[in-house]
Amino acid sequence: MQDPSAGHLATQATSSFIEHLQHSRPELLPFNQALPAGQIPPVPHATTIVALSYPGGVLMAGDRRATMGNVIASRHIEKVFPADEYSVLGIAGTAGLAIDITRLFQVELEHYEKIEGTLLSLDGKANRLGAMIRGNLPMAMQGLAVIPLFAGFDQAAGVGRLFSYDVTGGRYEELEHHSVGSGSVFARGALKKLWRPNLTEDEAVAVAVEALYDAADDDSATGGPDPVRQLWPVVYTVNRAGARRVSERELAAIAGSIVESRAVAGREA
Amino acid sequence: MTQQFYVSPEQLMKDRADFARKGIARGRSVVVISCADGIALVAENPSPSLHKIGEIYDKIAFAAVGKYNEFESLRQAGVRYADVRGYSYDREDVTARGLASVYAQSLGAVFTAEQKPFEVELAVAEVGHTQGDDHLYRLTFDGSIADENGFVVMGGLAEQVAETVAHGWKADLNLAGALRLAVKALATDKEVDALPGTAVEAAVLDRSPESGRGSRRAFRRLRAEEITQLLAGEA
Repeated sequence: MQDPSAGHLATQATSSFIEHLQHSRPELLPFNQALPAGQIPPVPHATTIVALSYPGGVLMAGDRRATMGNVIASRHIEKVFPADEYSVLGIAGTAGLAIDITRLFQVELEHYEKIEGTLLSLDGKANRLGAMIRGNLPMAMQGLAVIPLFAGFDQAAGVGRLFSYDVTGGRYEELEHHSVGSGSVFARGALKKLWRPNLTEDEAVAVAVEALYDAADDDSATGGPDPVRQLWPVVYTVNRAGARRVSERELAAIAGSIVESRAVAGREA
Repeated sequence: MTQQFYVSPEQLMKDRADFARKGIARGRSVVVISCADGIALVAENPSPSLHKIGEIYDKIAFAAVGKYNEFESLRQAGVRYADVRGYSYDREDVTARGLASVYAQSLGAVFTAEQKPFEVELAVAEVGHTQGDDHLYRLTFDGSIADENGFVVMGGLAEQVAETVAHGWKADLNLAGALRLAVKALATDKEVDALPGTAVEAAVLDRSPESGRGSRRAFRRLRAEEITQLLAGEA
């Protein structure tokens, strides 16, 4: 703890946890590290995330695979996280950095809430995340990029909103749906056909799972539903009531019916 | 050149302590009570935005009396300490004991080294799975720390208020019961029997927030209407 004597403290007062770490413990930040020259050995990469909006909220879903070159590094990894009570984020890219950036972002939001006694606005949260991704740019230039997708419920406007980012921290608001990661091209194609206005929440969950199924079908780095190990995508919905993780049981049923309908159709794709 | 008078260390410390005590005695009291549903923190505070009670971490809360600017800076420092610790180790590794000892060191250092001591008194509370695991620490302006059992009372008329709380406190009180007891105790020096719901600030550390609200954060601020409702509830 810093010396709480007066004067000195007022100048240091910040509601941002990241700024506080930059002053007092810069070594704890996942980015801002100077990398020595040389080849970075293979590291796990997180893959596909999809997000879509529906009347009354947004949802985000991620598959469970991390790859390291052509090896499956993890079948159980989770890449979609609640950021706070009313927002979620999903991450694609270098898994180790991405998970730390997520953890830091969660603390950043909670820290602000505790210091200020109020939640950050949704745009404020989206901007903070953009600044963190920009902070990671030197690492991205070494090949350790992290690309998040951010979704939350805007309590002031009463709608769910989606934000995508580029590696420089650029923040773009997305309408209807978006996806990131290696399987995102295929997932986006599926979403274009499956998404429609006025989806109910349950239908929206099914659309997200099916889009991930299509991504896994064509992208080797994306994992499909795994009935052998009982592994299903991680899906979070965010609406006026807050963020909720969709239960394993619901997802098993949805994934089961998708596989079944595809088997019945008996077509190549 | 003016000659500095010799002041004995005993006298110096006594003067500082008297100064701090006077400052604290002017303030209104705060009561922290461990009960069956968790830990209730109740303060007499007519302001809805300048809080005397705050969240520090998942299971840890903070309550203070005295000068607002001083305890607010201590609260913020506590949030920073807890968040840095939880981020660099793990959320489980943030404990009230660790926080209280850091507060004790800061208060002690200011008491001896600074121009004037902090005119504050703090309580740090951590809720456990069972009432036996609850921790209540009380910290005074000179950095002394006390591990209290069941409840903590601080502020102007702490002795009188504590007497009322001690009289009515039972381990199996529920939240409404603890709140009623606290509000009754805070009105000890007043003409009225109990304070109205709008004149108190109250928060609770829920004993099992995961099952109740699906959140690991136990701290919940009670709104004025909730307080009024709880106070009016079953007698």
